[in-house]
Amino acid sequence: MSADLIHFFTTNWLGQAIVIVAQCLAVTVPLLVAVAYMTYVDRKVWASIQLRRGPNVVGPFGLLQPFADGLKLVLKETIIPSSANGVLFIIAPMITFMTALVAWAVVPFDNGWVIADINVGILYLFAISSLGVYGIIIAGWASNSKYAFLGALRSAAQMVSYEVSIGFVLITVLLCVGSLNLSDVVLAQSGGFWHWFFLPLLPMFVIFFVSSLAETNRTPFDLPMSEAELVAGFHTEYSAMTFGLFFLGEYANMILLSAMGAILFLGGWMSPIPYAPFTYVPGVVWFALKIAFLLFVFSWTKGTLPRYRYDQLMRLGWKVFLPVSLGWVVLTAAVLQFSGWVPKP
Amino acid sequence: MASLDRTARAFLLTELVSGFALTLKYMFKPKVTVNYPHEKGPLSPRFRGEHALRRYPNGEERCIACKLCEAICPAQAITIEAEPRDDGSRRTTRYDIDMTKCIYCGFCQEACPVDAIVEGPNFEFSTETREELMYNKDKLLANGDRWESLIAANLQADAAYR
Repeated sequence: MSADLIHFFTTNWLGQAIVIVAQCLAVTVPLLVAVAYMTYVDRKVWASIQLRRGPNVVGPFGLLQPFADGLKLVLKETIIPSSANGVLFIIAPMITFMTALVAWAVVPFDNGWVIADINVGILYLFAISSLGVYGIIIAGWASNSKYAFLGALRSAAQMVSYEVSIGFVLITVLLCVGSLNLSDVVLAQSGGFWHWFFLPLLPMFVIFFVSSLAETNRTPFDLPMSEAELVAGFHTEYSAMTFGLFFLGEYANMILLSAMGAILFLGGWMSPIPYAPFTYVPGVVWFALKIAFLLFVFSWTKGTLPRYRYDQLMRLGWKVFLPVSLGWVVLTAAVLQFSGWVPKP
Repeated sequence: MASLDRTARAFLLTELVSGFALTLKYMFKPKVTVNYPHEKGPLSPRFRGEHALRRYPNGEERCIACKLCEAICPAQAITIEAEPRDDGSRRTTRYDIDMTKCIYCGFCQEACPVDAIVEGPNFEFSTETREELMYNKDKLLANGDRWESLIAANLQADAAYR
């Protein structure tokens, strides 16, 4: 019987389809719950920094607040401006949301726990996170509103600028690993937190984190939606669930970049201390804890820093991060070459 | 040397680190939020809230229809009509306050020679319709009966400073 079942799920097209759908759900549903609670954690952290309490009325400790907000967004009316391009206006939030979700296909949650264990995982992630900017540009253009358009332009320029330095950061890690497969990246860091890449590559880790703030349009780089100048940036004209999809996509992107940070620099699913009892804790838990830590720093940053001016943002991206990350790539390559630590394929 | 120092500080992100340390410290400080409907902040005895018409301890209403409050009201929110009562004492037949006009300046209670019209400590009297905010004499006297103990205590507490 069980042999039959294994046969069904591994060879029959229907069985394989069921497995794939189940895998997708197993990733997407916890991810969306995480997104919902990320908004809650964000608000609680900002409130604490400002000596406030944050949401504490809906449910115990306000824990049901994200669902109340979600319900509100679902029930409201979607307004399409009369001068907007209707089709693109609707498609844009879908693109943002979908690109934020499909990237999770290559993320390893534990040893072997990955939907698509492809050998170009990092390139895939990089490509998908660049695609996300299309949703924003289309939204800004299709809205036919000056604020949305300016926000989209800013967002596009910002994402392109900071992707350059993220690219160099990825190259540095690749040099140290010798593989583009994300599981291999994690396995290369096995053996305690002193083997994780954030120590030898600390400047790169900082650059990666700051660039991921810029990539997700978070403070101090939230110029695309700087409410003082652009109302709400590219999603000014969006309401109800179309706005909700942008919001979900944005937070899913934040979680994705935190996951990337955890995989590339914080040893993915590895336990920080490679001895019992720490190794009894499942890898998924360590991975989730690392993501949660990085997300907390995201919120903490938003509670701490003011917004950059646009020229400052561009100066930081092109005149500081680009030379520093390029220099570090050369330095890492030189050190690996002359010390003979180049990883064998 | 100064430039070296500055460069080192810039690269070690010292200012960022100190800023982040400050916000982290604030995160664990006690919250200042008052959970409003469940907790309330302190009110001064001079607080000027919802109006009330007071009575003497024997139940006789204090207002003698001198109309000083109507005269001084800068928003002209008070309307009074008066005529002698059967026992010969002068009393109001109508005492209306338009709470949508009132600016809560407290001049009416300052003007009152018999401490009849006062602004009590109640500030939670929002209504769902505009008409409910047109207070008449019955409503004001009912307010007075309801809040008398607090109003009297507040007047006594403030008396030393007048």
